[in-house]
Amino acid sequence: MTEIPFDLIALQVLTGLALGCIYVLVATGLTLIFGLLNIVNFAHGAFYAAGAYLGVFAFTYTGNFWLSLVAVPFGMALIGLPTERFLLRPVYGRDPSYPLLLTFGLGYVIVELIRIAFGTDGIPFNAPAALKGSLFFGDIAFPRYRLFVMAFTAALLAGLWFLIEKTSFGLIIRAGARNPEIVSVLGVDTSRVWMLIFALGTAVAGVAGFLAAPMRGVIPEMGVTVLIEAFVITVVGGMGSLPGAVIAGLSMGVVVSLTSYFAADYSNVVMFAIMAAVLLVRPQGLLGRPEFAR
Amino acid sequence: MRDSAKAVTGSSRRTILKFTAALAAGCALPAFHRRAFAQPASIKVGFPVPLTGPYGSEAADQVRCAQLAIEDFNKAGGLNGRLAELLVRDDKLNAAEAVTRTLELIEKDKVDMIVGSLSGAVLLAVNEACKARGVPYNGLSISDRINEAKDFGPTTYHEGLAPHLSVGALGRYAFAGSSKKVAYLIADYEFGYEMRRAFQSVAEQTGAQTVAEIKHPLGMQDFSSLFPKIISAKPDVLCVLNFGRDQLNVLKQASEFGLKERMSIVVGALSTTQRIAGGADAYAGVIGASNYYWAAETKFASAKAFNAAYAAKYKGGVPSDYGSYGYGGVRSMLELARKAGGVGAAALADAASTGFKFDLYKGPQEIRACDHQSIQAVFILKSKAEAEMKGPNDTFEIVSIVQGDESKLRSCAELGHKA
Amino acid sequence: MKSTAVATPSMWERMDPRRLMGGVSQHRVLASAAVLAVLPLLVPYPALAINVLIYGLFAAGFNLVFGYTGLLSLGHAALFGTGAYGCGIAIAVLGLPWYAAILVGLVFSTVSAALIGGLAIRTRGVYFGMVTLALAQCLYFLFYQWVSVTGGESGLRGVMVPSIDIGPIHLDLFDPVQKYYFLLAFVVLALMAFSRILDSPFGAVIEGIRENENRARASGYNVWFLKWMSFVLSGLFCGLAGALNAIHLGVVSIDSLFYTTSGTVVMMVLLGGMGTFFGPFVGAAAFLSLEDITANWTSHWQLIAGLVFIACVRFFPRGIWGSILARLRA
Repeated sequence: MTEIPFDLIALQVLTGLALGCIYVLVATGLTLIFGLLNIVNFAHGAFYAAGAYLGVFAFTYTGNFWLSLVAVPFGMALIGLPTERFLLRPVYGRDPSYPLLLTFGLGYVIVELIRIAFGTDGIPFNAPAALKGSLFFGDIAFPRYRLFVMAFTAALLAGLWFLIEKTSFGLIIRAGARNPEIVSVLGVDTSRVWMLIFALGTAVAGVAGFLAAPMRGVIPEMGVTVLIEAFVITVVGGMGSLPGAVIAGLSMGVVVSLTSYFAADYSNVVMFAIMAAVLLVRPQGLLGRPEFAR
Repeated sequence: MRDSAKAVTGSSRRTILKFTAALAAGCALPAFHRRAFAQPASIKVGFPVPLTGPYGSEAADQVRCAQLAIEDFNKAGGLNGRLAELLVRDDKLNAAEAVTRTLELIEKDKVDMIVGSLSGAVLLAVNEACKARGVPYNGLSISDRINEAKDFGPTTYHEGLAPHLSVGALGRYAFAGSSKKVAYLIADYEFGYEMRRAFQSVAEQTGAQTVAEIKHPLGMQDFSSLFPKIISAKPDVLCVLNFGRDQLNVLKQASEFGLKERMSIVVGALSTTQRIAGGADAYAGVIGASNYYWAAETKFASAKAFNAAYAAKYKGGVPSDYGSYGYGGVRSMLELARKAGGVGAAALADAASTGFKFDLYKGPQEIRACDHQSIQAVFILKSKAEAEMKGPNDTFEIVSIVQGDESKLRSCAELGHKA
Repeated sequence: MKSTAVATPSMWERMDPRRLMGGVSQHRVLASAAVLAVLPLLVPYPALAINVLIYGLFAAGFNLVFGYTGLLSLGHAALFGTGAYGCGIAIAVLGLPWYAAILVGLVFSTVSAALIGGLAIRTRGVYFGMVTLALAQCLYFLFYQWVSVTGGESGLRGVMVPSIDIGPIHLDLFDPVQKYYFLLAFVVLALMAFSRILDSPFGAVIEGIRENENRARASGYNVWFLKWMSFVLSGLFCGLAGALNAIHLGVVSIDSLFYTTSGTVVMMVLLGGMGTFFGPFVGAAAFLSLEDITANWTSHWQLIAGLVFIACVRFFPRGIWGSILARLRA
């Protein structure tokens, strides 16, 4: 094997980190909903696609990427709120496979509605002019847009961390996740909290979809592979653990990127192989709470 | 989970019964319905295509064009007055579903022939089912494998391009000049490998040199991790040998990472629908092979007539490349039946064994006797940038139209045929 | 459900649905076989009837794990698919006769079930679902990459069994009706075995695990082993369904191992009625007919399928057959 230049490996790692940021973004919404509501959301991929379409739709009206980026989470919340209220809330307290199956069906419905509304072919969409082109690090060029996505992911995670750890709303969330009875006895309307959490998870999924739109095609099935990838990340990181999702997402991005260099056709197998290995050694995932697994 | 089931109320029970009754009625209805409208005298052409799924609009255009083919055949008097009829089925881009639909068409509808498919796996599976039951089948998707003796049968016909022919023409154009350095990005399945082999044989003739060869899994979302290796190999040409959504993502991300400024990009199969979904920016400057482009009407009278008939029947628009396969596939089989004087599998094979030439929509075509491959023109197209387009249909520039001939296909002996 | 009536029942009493149900459920294999025997007369074309038969058996096998043992597996495509590939490879690559090929299919699927089950049963609840999904995807990639034997993405062709001779009986498998009854014979045999399993002490204990795992454990049962056994037996039924499917279609497609196949079987069992003997066949029939009918109206049949599925889970968790049974027994 010939020697691989250092800057090539550096670029490969950087590409992997950028890829990992998208993994993290997608897994965040999923793990948020699981960690706090104990729901495995199979409609997450469909929400991701819906976010991309919503953003592109908003863009055709506003012509402004940033306005559309702001519109997506609010639009997605409008989908998430009724989903939780009318589809999922009635089955709380039953077997956890109920919400799983309901969201599975919902995913089908959303993707098909996208096809009916926007056609099966997909819509072209490009990055805003300000983020086009590349930045150069010596000889290495890297797209500005991907750097923006990395920065955005970091900001979003910081925001979420602040919301959950430092605000009174976050206190209710954390307490509610531990013991919902006590929180409602204290006079907090927990059902409203669950609804907001679900909407938040949906909004994050939608934002991820919209951010991915300039890098990937906007097509109705765009969420299918992403859903599977997000599951792998969440399971490896530990279902319900936000820091776990971040660590697993970033490291998986780098692993996939490096595998791509040596054996590209195994780059998706490696994800599942790592997942299987983690589950064997540590069924609850890297940072997961063991009671979920046992 | 069990406790919840006890909450079923009286009213919902009635709903269930109604639902069950409706379902039972629904099951029985189509059987009656289809039988009542079947015409015993007509030539029945089964047409399973993936109406649902990612290639729904390609398939929908194939149906439009196939219907046009039936109409044109019937207008010309049919087969001694026997008119043709099209039976469209949805194969859902799934081989098992496609075989089920094929069995339905053969066993229940008693079709005389089947035309269709948009993916290699479906093509080979449907061919297998038709071959076993002696029903003529004209496959529309791109494949080299189906011509090989192992999969081929006397009932097999192939209107779709053989990569050896299309990529051969493309490669001779793209690799022209002093020995080019070439990188390949190959989808990890038959389609990708066939294209790669076809490029290889051109590379050997033109002295092009392979500097990188990367296989990627199907349905990959992000190709950026493959780019550093490609960039560092410093190729003159990057050959992207995949299709559909994968191709779209590669081109979008290649533009993003500035690959287009460093090398020229060639795709094994270019399609209008994918180009429209990907946008002008992602595809601008990309060169690829195709079976048809509407602008050929300035060169061929048959193309002009085909475009005009399409526009008249469907109130404007132009037939797409994949759509026109539907026309060529159905019409050529019906014309072959006219030559044979019947639709029996043996009669058709007999008529094809003496060579069958025609010009239906894209200039001269010919069915080769040994493997029933349609020898046809290959269109080398270049995708236009937004600024160069004169209208929404003006997506490509015809770089050249390479007329097919026997010498550009793999020989019958090479494919394992005796004759 | 034995009748305790002493006096000779009048005709009207005999027609009482509860009484009928009691009688039918004692002869559930016979009743199921009778319904399946007339199925080709009820559906629009034979290939659809054969699909109901095969997917019904697949769903029944899945039901053993999901409905009776209470484990939501999302990786059952692996058992169906390896059964199909085992049988297909035996015929197309090794040139074995059909009966040996079915056995090879069963070996493939049972080994897969033993492995996947052995690893996944360490986890519980939704984790079990995710682990089975991941392991099944690993098998999918394995068979995808094993091109020289499986044909990879192009699928395995040449699984041709044109005719079968059993003693004096000659069956032409290109005749759809003969093929249907040939396959039905296997399904009826499988149902007999299935019924025996449910009636055995093992059948009672797995239902006990479903209802209350801790109690079963406290009663001294080896819960891990019993769950694993249920998974392996499920592999036997699903693998048989896969093997029959390979013979039916003449090809094995890589999609049979894809996770969407696992999703389909979950939908079928829920639609029909989980934990019921005949429900999976009702579910398979309902799902496939729905798909067949709506696909002729619209290319957006997935919307209808999705809505029906949601309605079913949300409002009729017993499924079609389960609800009918509940009404008749009420």
